[in-house]
Amino acid sequence: MHLYDLWFILIALLWVGYFFLEGFDFGVGVLTQVMARNDKERRVLINTIAPVWDGNEVWVIAAAGATFAAFPDWYATMFSGFYIPLLIIVLCLIARGVSFEYRGKRDNQRWQRSWEQVTFWTSLILPFLWGVIFANIVRGISINADKSYVGTPGELFNGYAILGGFALLAVCVTHGAIFTALKTAGEIRERARKFAPLLGLITLPLVLAFLIWTQVNSGNGQSLGVMIVAFVALPVALFFNQLGREGWAFIFSGLSIVAAIAMLFLALFPDVMPSTLNPDWSLTVSNASSGSYTLTVMSIVTAIFAPLIVLYQGWTYWVFSKRIAVHHIPSGH
Amino acid sequence: MELAIAHETIARWQFGVTTVYHFLFVPLSIGLGGIVAGLETAWVRTGKEKYFHATKFWGKLLLINIALGVVTGIFQEFQFGMNWSTYSRFVGDVFGAPLAMEALIAFFFESVFIGLWIFGWHRLPKKVHLACIWVVTIGSLLSAYFILAANSFMQHPVGYRIDPVSGKARLVNIWRVLFQDTTLTQVWHTLSAAFITGAAFVMGIAAYHLWRAKRGKDTDRRRIAAMRASLRCSLVVMLIAGILTAFSGDQLGKVMFRQQPMKMAAAEALWDTQGPAPFSIFSVGNVNEGRNDVALELPGLLSFLAQSNFHSPVPGINDRADEQVALFGGTREDYIPNIFMTYWGFRLMIFFGMTSFGIGVLGLWLTRKKFWLQSRYRTGEDEPPNLMITNKIRMNDFFTKWSWRIVMLTLGFPLIANSFGWIFTEMGRQPWVVFHLMKTADAVSPNVSIGTQIGSLVALSAVYAILAVVEGGLMVKYAKPGPDVEERPPSKDPTMRMSPDEQDKPLSIAY
Ligand code: HDD
Ligand code: HEM
Ligand code: HEM
Repeated sequence: MHLYDLWFILIALLWVGYFFLEGFDFGVGVLTQVMARNDKERRVLINTIAPVWDGNEVWVIAAAGATFAAFPDWYATMFSGFYIPLLIIVLCLIARGVSFEYRGKRDNQRWQRSWEQVTFWTSLILPFLWGVIFANIVRGISINADKSYVGTPGELFNGYAILGGFALLAVCVTHGAIFTALKTAGEIRERARKFAPLLGLITLPLVLAFLIWTQVNSGNGQSLGVMIVAFVALPVALFFNQLGREGWAFIFSGLSIVAAIAMLFLALFPDVMPSTLNPDWSLTVSNASSGSYTLTVMSIVTAIFAPLIVLYQGWTYWVFSKRIAVHHIPSGH
Repeated sequence: MELAIAHETIARWQFGVTTVYHFLFVPLSIGLGGIVAGLETAWVRTGKEKYFHATKFWGKLLLINIALGVVTGIFQEFQFGMNWSTYSRFVGDVFGAPLAMEALIAFFFESVFIGLWIFGWHRLPKKVHLACIWVVTIGSLLSAYFILAANSFMQHPVGYRIDPVSGKARLVNIWRVLFQDTTLTQVWHTLSAAFITGAAFVMGIAAYHLWRAKRGKDTDRRRIAAMRASLRCSLVVMLIAGILTAFSGDQLGKVMFRQQPMKMAAAEALWDTQGPAPFSIFSVGNVNEGRNDVALELPGLLSFLAQSNFHSPVPGINDRADEQVALFGGTREDYIPNIFMTYWGFRLMIFFGMTSFGIGVLGLWLTRKKFWLQSRYRTGEDEPPNLMITNKIRMNDFFTKWSWRIVMLTLGFPLIANSFGWIFTEMGRQPWVVFHLMKTADAVSPNVSIGTQIGSLVALSAVYAILAVVEGGLMVKYAKPGPDVEERPPSKDPTMRMSPDEQDKPLSIAY
């Protein structure tokens, strides 16, 4: 195994971590408008993710930074190729981050309702667009001999990619509902538990269709195995949810996301950005990567800091592990 | 050809606008974060409530600011690939490493521990909670460090070789990138300037409250005590940071003279080689055309800034451009950066930043509580201070009024200084994006259409403008009432395990 293979895995892990973590806070963001009935309930939902969403979001920054360092060409092709979706993603991430922090800062109905709308729409658009982007990465885009994307922006919104967008959105919302059931108490917990299977019914066919399409187009033996895990984990999660074992339910809905993203990367390997114009122009782990010195340096840094990050981020979840109910929400901010 | 130029110009505008904007929040977060950490330390160590109130108050303003610093940073991370893909391919091997380290080492610390700090007031033992704000502060210092190492590579590339096959830069020595003198001096200078920024902000708002108290508009002694402690704290920070900034700026000038002599000549609009070279304080005429009609100059000072003696000749812009023509071809004009912006950027940086420093030094003297003060002029720690010129001469009413006001009005000066400092640094490096290795014009993404870029520039500027108004409004709203002195610290030191009845209490802090 080369170092660049290792870095392919590490970058895949960063994205997996990102969608596992931010996946549920996207989901909770969407549910604020779907499940909550009044101001207090919306605040219950927001406060389940309040202390942790920022730490979840750093995973995407780390993924981008690691791609830049380990695979400069992948970074350059991906970020310039998906310019418009990424611009919208950035604008949404900006607005979303601010919406949590600033919502309660004024005691004014219109102000708070507006920021809630921002939370909702950005939480909806973000997983959808990431889904579109990753579907396109796996499917391949028009990359020329100079490693640049030369297609139109419209080309990125093909049927397969849009299905990918909806599948990721749906699975995030389901994951979010199960997280809500895990983190709340009282009536809202019951409602989240009843809501999760409904969401599951929409999610299952979307995920199944997308993963099978992926498998048929670009799959291999390993990706098939992981695909089955991704698909089976979802009903298992819903089963535990029915039993009221929300911890297990959450682990399995998370596993479903983890396996689905892992499958995409397995289907991709050893390419990182396949070209639909000419297979020789595809970016691969070897022709897009940095030199072995850089990869060694980055491996050492990662070996030291990644375990530390997992430890202290895990600790945060432990500190804020208390369930939140409506009576916990103070009237002021 | 015309299209290619427009392309580069828009990408540069986009980078300039978004980065300068990001860098309004960053230095304030760093400086203010340090001050909040200091105040909370004082609270934990002394148990005095004035420090608790001060920590809470500045902490709120810090959070409003950090929110924007964090979200605007995300676009920074993306835009190298979006707008500068050729650049990213060329230097990613070297430049990507510090960027990735920044994320792995610094950003995770910052964003995880800021969550703990915000929501952990009644959840974490005092000392653990205090440790959280220190981790956040150290995290933000580290993120500045890594990003500046990356920038220093653009200013003065080291630790790489050009791969003969691919023509790309390959990292060969990470230590040189992280510890070259350009990085170290830039870090010193930028960080001390960040503390100037935080200090001026605290001084300004504390002055607002103390001046109100002085006029009898606020009589709550607890609030006065908190603001007085904050003021003194920020004045001390200003004194130290100001000295460090000037000192490191001088060092940076010497480094720059060795590594990018054109920038030094441009900073002085020194068209022809002179020795001893003067330092120009201002000039009238058109510096861009090489006519400095009226100029106020300090003889020999430029020689000193560049080389530590008052006599050495300093080569001028024309000679420096000719040197580069000999090395890289082209014409003189190709190598001359925008002299107007570099010349004035340099001066405005020093003027705006050092004005705040001067005010801080004066303020430190005028508001002293004891040293050589006659006892009848001494004020308690919960009273607004008198402005004392000597041990028995108090400033008259007119000057007192204006002294307090000036502190308030100049609260944002270091932000202006920071922006101009960067505009100078980055524009003075032109036409190079990586010095002597890659021209800015060759660095852009070839495949992004002009329309897309203009659209994104407009969209980002619009969102940023709206956010600037929102943040400004919130800052004013939260700064004006001052600390909430009714708020009490947790009655007993929280423990990690909650008792059942604690479990049922409302959250003390919630969004
Ligand atoms: C409060 C802000 C502030 C203040 C008071 C000063 N500076 Fe500064 N300066 C900056 C904020 C700044 C900055 C914005 O942070 C820069 C931009 C790049 C950098 O590293 O720091 C900078 C850059 C910068 C550079 C360019 C470095 C380069 O191009 O690589 C020089 C030569 C100086 N400074 C010198 C000085 C001197 C001699 C000062 C006063 C005695 C001074 N600065 C005060
Ligand atoms: C790691 C840190 C930084 C990097 C890597 C960086 C990189 C760049 C790049 C790629 C450009 C576009 C090419 C050019 O015109 O030179 C640029 C321009 C610019 N940057 Fe930086 N920069 C950094 C820090 C900053 C900061 C902190 C500021 C200001 C707050 C800043 C201000 C500017 C400005 C104003 C321009 C436009 C210059 C022009 O158009 O001539 N930069 N920088
Ligand atoms: C131009 C290159 C730059 C890039 C790519 C960049 C990247 C970023 C990113 C991604 C974040 C968000 C981190 C989070 O979510 O926690 C951020 C925030 C931050 N950046 Fe930048 N940044 C740039 C310029 C700078 C410079 C020049 C400095 C310091 C000298 C700096 C210091 C910081 C700090 C301290 C934060 C924390 C946010 C805050 O406390 O306000 N950045 N930056």
